Parts: sequence; C-alpha cells; structure tokens
Amino acid sequence: MNSGVVALAFISLIVSAGAFLGFYAGARRKMDLEQWIVGDRGFGMLLVWLLMAGEVYTTFTFLGASGWAYSKGGPVLYILAYQPLMYVVSFFILPQVWEVGRKYRMQTQADFFQVRYNNKYLAAFVALVGVVFIVPYLQLQLMGLGMIVEVASYGAIHRTTAMVISFLIVAAFVLTSGIRGVAWVSVLKDLLLLFSAVFVGVAVPYIYFGGIGPMFAALVRAKPAHLVMPGATTNLGHSWYVSTVLLVSVGFYMWPQFFGASFSAKSSDTLRRNAVVMPFYSITMPLMFFVGLAATLILPGLSNGDLSMLTMVRKTFPAWFLGLIGGAGALTAMVPAGVMILTAATLFAKNMCRPIFRPGMTDQQVAKLAKTTVLVITVAALCAAIYSSPTLVSLLLVGYGGVGQFFPGVVLGLYSKRVTMPGVFAGVVTGVFVFVALWLTRHDPVMGLNAGFIALCCNVVVVAVVSLLTPAERGEFDEHHHTNIA
Amino acid sequence: MRKPSVGAILLALTPFVAVCFSVSLWDRIYPIVLGLPFNFFWLIAWLLLTPVCMWGAYRLEAPRSSDRHREDGGTA
Repeated sequence: MNSGVVALAFISLIVSAGAFLGFYAGARRKMDLEQWIVGDRGFGMLLVWLLMAGEVYTTFTFLGASGWAYSKGGPVLYILAYQPLMYVVSFFILPQVWEVGRKYRMQTQADFFQVRYNNKYLAAFVALVGVVFIVPYLQLQLMGLGMIVEVASYGAIHRTTAMVISFLIVAAFVLTSGIRGVAWVSVLKDLLLLFSAVFVGVAVPYIYFGGIGPMFAALVRAKPAHLVMPGATTNLGHSWYVSTVLLVSVGFYMWPQFFGASFSAKSSDTLRRNAVVMPFYSITMPLMFFVGLAATLILPGLSNGDLSMLTMVRKTFPAWFLGLIGGAGALTAMVPAGVMILTAATLFAKNMCRPIFRPGMTDQQVAKLAKTTVLVITVAALCAAIYSSPTLVSLLLVGYGGVGQFFPGVVLGLYSKRVTMPGVFAGVVTGVFVFVALWLTRHDPVMGLNAGFIALCCNVVVVAVVSLLTPAERGEFDEHHHTNIA
Repeated sequence: MRKPSVGAILLALTPFVAVCFSVSLWDRIYPIVLGLPFNFFWLIAWLLLTPVCMWGAYRLEAPRSSDRHREDGGTA
C-alpha cells in the first residue's frame, strides 16, 4: 500500500469516529431550537470547558500558528499574549452575560442587543455583521481541511475536492447533532490535539537538534532577527503587537459563537472558574511555534508557510502517523466549523429574517430556516476558500476587525446606565465601516497599528459622543435588577 | 450590573501590563532562560501566572456574585 492511502485511511477513520460520536450524542434528544443551539443550558464545567476549548483551538492553532512562526517569526508571539488576556476579559463579561441570558431566555448574541437596547434593527445589524465575519473564520477551517488532505494524500487529491467532501460531512454533522453533539466530539478532538501537539512539538526539535534548547541555539546563530519583532516582516513591530493584542483579547468573546457558548453553561460560576483555568490549555501553543521555527531551518523556502507543520510531520514520521495528525487536524477544523455554522444560521433565521421580514414565523419555522441557512453559509465559505488564498492568520485577523466592534455595546450595555441605543448603533456602524474601508484599501496595518484597533477607537469615541447627545434611556437590565432587589 | 471590585480589576490589569504594554522591555533574545529566548520564556511564564492572578480575582468576586446555586464541577 502506498503512503498516501495509509495516511488517508487513518484520517477517514478518525473523522468517522468523530462524526459517529456527534450523531449519537445528538440523536438521543428531541431537537428543538433551544436544545439545538444552547443544549438546554445544562452544561457543567467540564462540558463547557471542552466546548469552549473545542471552539477556541481551531485549525488556526494547528496550522496557522506554526505557519506564522515559519513565515513571519517574532510577530507570532501576539498569539501567546492574547490567549491568557482574552480569558481575563471574559471573567468580567461572560458571567454577567449568562445571568441576563438566563433571565430573558437569550439564545444568540443578537438577542442580547435586542433585549438591552430594544431595537430590532440594531439586533439585525449585529446579526448581519456576525454572519458576514464568521465566513472568513469558516473559510480558514475549510482551507485547513483542504491542506491536510492534500498533504496527506501526497498531492493525489486536489485541495478543492478535499474541501468539498469535508464540508459535506460538517454540514450533515451540524444538521443532525446540534451543540451537544459538537461538544462531545470536542472530547475526542482535544485528546488527539493535545497528544499531537505535545508529541510533535517535543519530538521535532529533539530529532533534528537534540532538544528545544539546542534548536533555539541554532536559530539564534542562523537567524536571530527572526525570533524578535518584527521578525521577517517590516510593518509588524511593537505598536502593531500592542494594538493587535488589545483588539483580539477584547474581541475574542465577541465572536457570536463564543459569546453564545456561554449560554450553554449551567451557572455563572462555571464561567468564572473557566476563565481562571483556561490559560493552562494554551500551553500547547508554543509547541506549535517550535515546529514552525524548526521548519525555517530544516525546510527553508516553502511557498506556503501554513503547510510547514504538515510538511515537517510528513518528512519526519511514517505515513500512519501523518494520518493520525491529519485526523486530529481535520476534527480541529470540523468542530469549530460546526459551531460557527450553527451560530450563523440561527442568527440569520432568528434575528434577521423573522423580526425584519417575516414577523409571523413560529419557532419550528425558524429552526427549519436555520437548517436551510446552514447549507447556504457553508457554500459561501467554500466559494471564498476556492477563489482566494490569504494566510490563515490574516483571515482570522480580518474577522476580529469586524466582530471586535461589538465590544463597546456589550461592556457598556452590562455596566453603564448612560449608554444609549443610538450611541451603540452609531458606534458599531462607524467601527465596521472604518475597518472595512481600511482593509479594502489595503491599509492594514496602518501607521504601525492594527486597522481593527483604529476602527474600535473610532467606535468608542462615537458611542461616547452620541450617547451623551441623546437622552438617557432606562436600561432594560437595570430595571429588573431593581425589581429583584425589592 | 454590579461593577467589579477595584482589587479584582487591579489583579486583571497585571497580566495586561506584563504581556502587552511592556513589550519593548522583554522582546529580546537574551538572557536565554531554560533554553528559550527571553521573549518566549516571558510569555510562557505568564500563561502560568495569569491563572494565579485570576484565582485571586475569583476569590474577591465569587462571594459578591448574586449566583445562588453553585456547582462543584461535574458534567451533564
């Protein structure tokens, strides 16, 4: 048997095991909208941890991080900084979001804006921006899946074919299992990912250099500038680093799917404790960097840095092991992709279509429309993946430029009495507009700063000015807070 | 919503200062610690120190929470 067949057989085996687990976990329960999207709010600390870790550690971790360590060097360190910081931010937001989410039976991020600001156009706009910016994140997962199959088949299967097959599986998986199925597949995926990351991250430096220390010693001799910022780039220096870390750490839980995942927790304390322990899970991240850095010396001149991890594995280990890593990587793309599609479809059906165009829809009709939307969104991401090919990390940063704009509306909505609906609405529109304008005119980074961060600053100024110019509103959450106390 | 305590906010700002704002102080290769360039070592160390800060914040915030039913881990 040739190596490509062995590797692909292993990948198929792992993906089938994952898909089976998802179908099984989902099939045992009656699947209404509430169960499908928030799992009846019954997830304890372990399952929430797995779900969040499952969504957080995506193809971006697996291929994108090693890819940037290979192609850019020092700037990749921003990932090691934002990961602990985003949990710090979540500590002050998610438990509060959960509290109001339970009180008002919220299922999506746009529901939060609807309840807090009481304006269906603002909620629909938030939903639209969420759906639009999920597409590049989804595209990232698709491209990752395509690369895995392409490398594992030793080029025999074209990337496009691989992406089409993979996403048919993901769409089928999402439609039948809902969020509970996805959470349980995370268990399998996390075990495989942890094993792969630790093994490959330690073994590769050991095999080629005799250890991590000697590998860095060799790098310091050969390319010292690659290890500090701006690394192999000219414009990703310290100011870019600070602005990007700030944008991403506040923007992370603004992803509609991560924001929504908090509703599936059993209590706000679950979320608070999760925020404390989650940074430990990021310890696998530097190991991904090590593989990419080793590849700069062992495999110089790769045309696409995102292939460095898989190419290193293929060069170093037998075919069955490439299959194992590829299978772990495939689940790492499928699980988060599943949640993204689930979230985007629900946002579209529940927060855009029903309130704006078809107010008479029943919950069953919304659930049905959401499932149709699953296919539409999947195809959109597939087309984007086939017709463009940026690096995985740059795709993710585009997403943050968009969803990061929700941050002022969420935080001020929770903690400020003075913020108003017109203020938040004007702020989000300004932020998204400024970001898209800078990005489309290729001004990212601009003046050494992350374009999404500049847009967020404009957003905050507009929220403050417009809120002060408009009359104070009675905050929906506060009103109930007082009744509870009384 | 009740605003977080000053102590918890200060504990939360510590990792922001350490890994974000102070970048120009630690983004260098030397001294090499445990075989790692200093910037890698510094950021990895803060992956372990951030939970310590946030555990402190948790001790301050959890008793103030209005959440009545706590759970002790476990899952569905």
